[in-house]
Amino acid sequence: MAQWLSILIGMILVNNYVLAQFLGICPFLGVSKKLDSAIGMGVAVTFVMVLATAATWPIMQILNKFEIAYLQTIVFILVIAALVQFVEMVLKKFIPALHKSLGVYLPLITTNCAVLGVCINNIDAGYGYGLALINSLGAGVGFLLAMIIFSGMRQKLEGNTAVPAPFQGVPITMTTAAILSLAFMGFGGLV
Amino acid sequence: MKEKVNRLAVLTKGIIKENPNLVLLLGTCPTLATTSSAFNGMGMGIAATAVLICSNIVISLLAKIIPDKVRIPCYIVVIAGFVTLVQFIVQAFAEPLYNSLGVFLPLIVVNCIILGRAEMFANKNGVLDSALDGVGMGLGFTLSLTCIGAVREIIGNGTIFSGFFLGSEELVQKLTVSIPFISEHPMLIIALAPGGFFVYACAIAVVNKILASKGKKPRDFGCQGCALASMCQQEKCISELDGVTIEKKGVEA
Repeated sequence: MAQWLSILIGMILVNNYVLAQFLGICPFLGVSKKLDSAIGMGVAVTFVMVLATAATWPIMQILNKFEIAYLQTIVFILVIAALVQFVEMVLKKFIPALHKSLGVYLPLITTNCAVLGVCINNIDAGYGYGLALINSLGAGVGFLLAMIIFSGMRQKLEGNTAVPAPFQGVPITMTTAAILSLAFMGFGGLV
Repeated sequence: MKEKVNRLAVLTKGIIKENPNLVLLLGTCPTLATTSSAFNGMGMGIAATAVLICSNIVISLLAKIIPDKVRIPCYIVVIAGFVTLVQFIVQAFAEPLYNSLGVFLPLIVVNCIILGRAEMFANKNGVLDSALDGVGMGLGFTLSLTCIGAVREIIGNGTIFSGFFLGSEELVQKLTVSIPFISEHPMLIIALAPGGFFVYACAIAVVNKILASKGKKPRDFGCQGCALASMCQQEKCISELDGVTIEKKGVEA
């Protein structure tokens, strides 16, 4: 139990996927302009991360059994792509309300490096099935947390004219992310 | 003659005018994560370039065969195949690089530059043009990664060209230049995560300044560079998509 908790807190705060490990930067910067879309993206990523780990971990055992572990990259990305398509279809058919709020982000998640990254990291770290799922959940929640905080910060930045001209737009956004990342470094050594 | 000028433009536009990660703002994850030293960034750039050239060639060859509806998965399979190949090569010939890039080597699969070039250029241009486009874009990517890496290494570690990934330990030692004063008081934070964001921000600001002096508007994060814009259902993407089709025609012409 203590191990589960330490992995969970470690992934959310200390080794935050976005701010400490640079995974999933594209959606972090691209979809964080509005709070509701940031939450939608974060929840969708968390959901897909856990689901993708649930699917890829057993597949890796099969690959290991036949000694074709080098096919990991190809197999994982295909499984994730198929899974995301499948989830989208299921949501569309059975839970249209959820599809309306999360569905728009699902195609983008196929090529999200955080999802593939968490699947590969779980295998590299040698986690068992339970720990791998917890690890993915932590990574997803950490991503969601970073998205929510960052979208709040970006709303304050909106229309700020004190920023020097070359820094307006993307560079100041990135600098803000640097400060947020600096703040998250304060959690170092927590676990 | 006119043809040749065009080819040259295809080759060089990726290096400065349409630099993939400073102007188009693609591939931000590897840019931030692998630039803790100059050679690390360069290694990542070369690996991605190799994949980009190969995948561009193969996709432009297969463009007519691949059905339009399943093109994205097909591209991903082609790219993933080449990434696996590159993983093998790097592991065999440059193990230090393999270890320091870690998870970001397999993650070249989801690098938006590669999928983006497949979707926006390779599938509607000839083999030679696509290869040249791959070379140009790859060079631009490698160049900016190396520059950002060099800045972070100098300020954050006080050295330059440390950790060369080929050859023996002696060669690595010989290549490493330690900079006086800074190496005694390195600002470690620049080599860590926040510094990555900050140096990248400064690099983009410099590019923005240059763009502004030429009377061009700097880009914001949007759907123009996104490889999946045509599949995306966000209202923002759909409204921006018209701009993309115009831009695509500009590339073709």
